[in-house]
Order: sequence, then C-alpha cells, then structure tokens
Amino acid sequence: MSYIYSFLMLMIPWIVLSGFFDSFHLTLGIISSAMIAAWSGDILFKDLSKSAIQRLIQAGQFFQYVIWLLYEVVMANLHVTYLAFHPNVTQEIDPVMIRFKSNLKSEVAQFILANSITLTPGTVTVRITDSEFLVHSISRQAAEGMPGIMEKKIKRIFES
Amino acid sequence: MSILDWIAVLFLFAGSFFFLGTAIGLLRFPDFYTRTHAAGKGDTLSSFLILAACMCYAISHSHDGLGTVLLVLKLLFIANFIGIGSPTATHAIMDAGYETGVTHWHKDKAK
Repeated sequence: MSYIYSFLMLMIPWIVLSGFFDSFHLTLGIISSAMIAAWSGDILFKDLSKSAIQRLIQAGQFFQYVIWLLYEVVMANLHVTYLAFHPNVTQEIDPVMIRFKSNLKSEVAQFILANSITLTPGTVTVRITDSEFLVHSISRQAAEGMPGIMEKKIKRIFES
Repeated sequence: MSILDWIAVLFLFAGSFFFLGTAIGLLRFPDFYTRTHAAGKGDTLSSFLILAACMCYAISHSHDGLGTVLLVLKLLFIANFIGIGSPTATHAIMDAGYETGVTHWHKDKAK
C-alpha cells in the first residue's frame, strides 16, 4: 500500500511541474515514479495503522489548522511592523527566554508546533531537547500565552 | 486594467510594505534574537503576498486555461516551500546563536 501512496505522491507533482500531457512525457513520469516508489516507497509512509479515509480527514483538519495559522502569520507581521516603526523600540519590548515541556510525542507534531510558535506573534523556538521547548519571546505578555491553544489543536490532529 | 490587476497591485504594495518593515526592524532591534524575530516573520507574509499578486496577474492575463491552472499550482508549491522553509531557517539561525552562547538583551541591561 505504501508503494501506491509514494507513486501518487511523486506522479502528481510530476504532472503539475512538467505541464506536458503527451504520452512520451507521461510515460517517462510513470517509469521514474515507479522506480523510486519501488526502491524507497517503504521510507515515506511508515505508519499504515490508519486507513486512507482517516488520513484524508486528518489532512482536512490540518488544512483548517493552516488557515488559522495564516491569520496568526498576518497578526505576527503586523506586530513586527508596528515594533519596527515604533519611535522607541527598546521601551516597547521586554525579551525573555522561557522553557516548557510539551506532551506531544511524535516528531512531526513537535516540528509543526515549533514552526507554528515561530510564525505566531512575538515568539520564536530556539531549541527542542527531547520534549522540552526553549522559546525566545519578545515580550512577557507573549511568553505567558505559551504553549496555548496551538498545542491542543496539533494534539487533536496528530495524536487522537 | 481589470479588477484583478488592481488586486495584484494592492498585494504587491502590501508585500513591499511588510518587507520594508522587516528591513527596518532588522536594523533597529537591539540584539541578535530580536533581529531574527523581525527577519523570520516578515519574510513569510511578504513572500506570500507577492506570490498572491503573481497569481492574480497570471489569472487576469491568461490565454489558455490549463496553463494558468498549472502556473497557479506551481506558485502554490513555492508558497508551500517558503512556509515550511522560512520558520525552519529562522529556528536554525536562532539555535546556532544559542549554541555559540549569544546572550539575549534584557530590559534592565539597557543602561
């Protein structure tokens, strides 16, 4: 099953990026995707405990999360731009380093939480050791909100 | 100029404005960590806005439908890679700074 998923994952970008729909280019795409899927298909999809429908639901939830994250990205940019144009920056900011333990287990979930923290207003992930996050925050106010609803949202998508 | 062209212009202006904010933040913030804040966040949205402007322009000036769909999909691929790459790069630079022992700026350290 993982071979078929890998084949599709390679074939769809091939079609989009090549833009040719004649039999020659499509055959080339099928041959190369099939070869890569046969050699390394077992690397990409290790966990097959969930069915394809469950995965699709998960993808939908993740898409919802991305929409919510885009809103946060806009807020983060407005915040940074406001600080950049503020006449007295050093008065406005109060940077702190904070540590917190996350109860996310899988590496993918931790990676997404780390990138989400970086994209939301006022905070950047510095380091993850085991499940302890080191976060640099530009103000105490932003630090108090960590890890917040983001972690719950990610936990619901990836570990429920 | 169609309405989509005006939307593209608007997106380009917004993207350039946020890039300007990022550059000014990069110069004005007090230390390494806060400067990386500005660089890491400003990049993402400004790039997204400029890519959105490219999409609007491509749709408004399209000659064949399929080519435009492929073009927009390719731009979405780029947006996807920037969305993953930008925060990861910020994190890598931050981690390198922390590793080499850069101390961060405190409020009470100002004087």
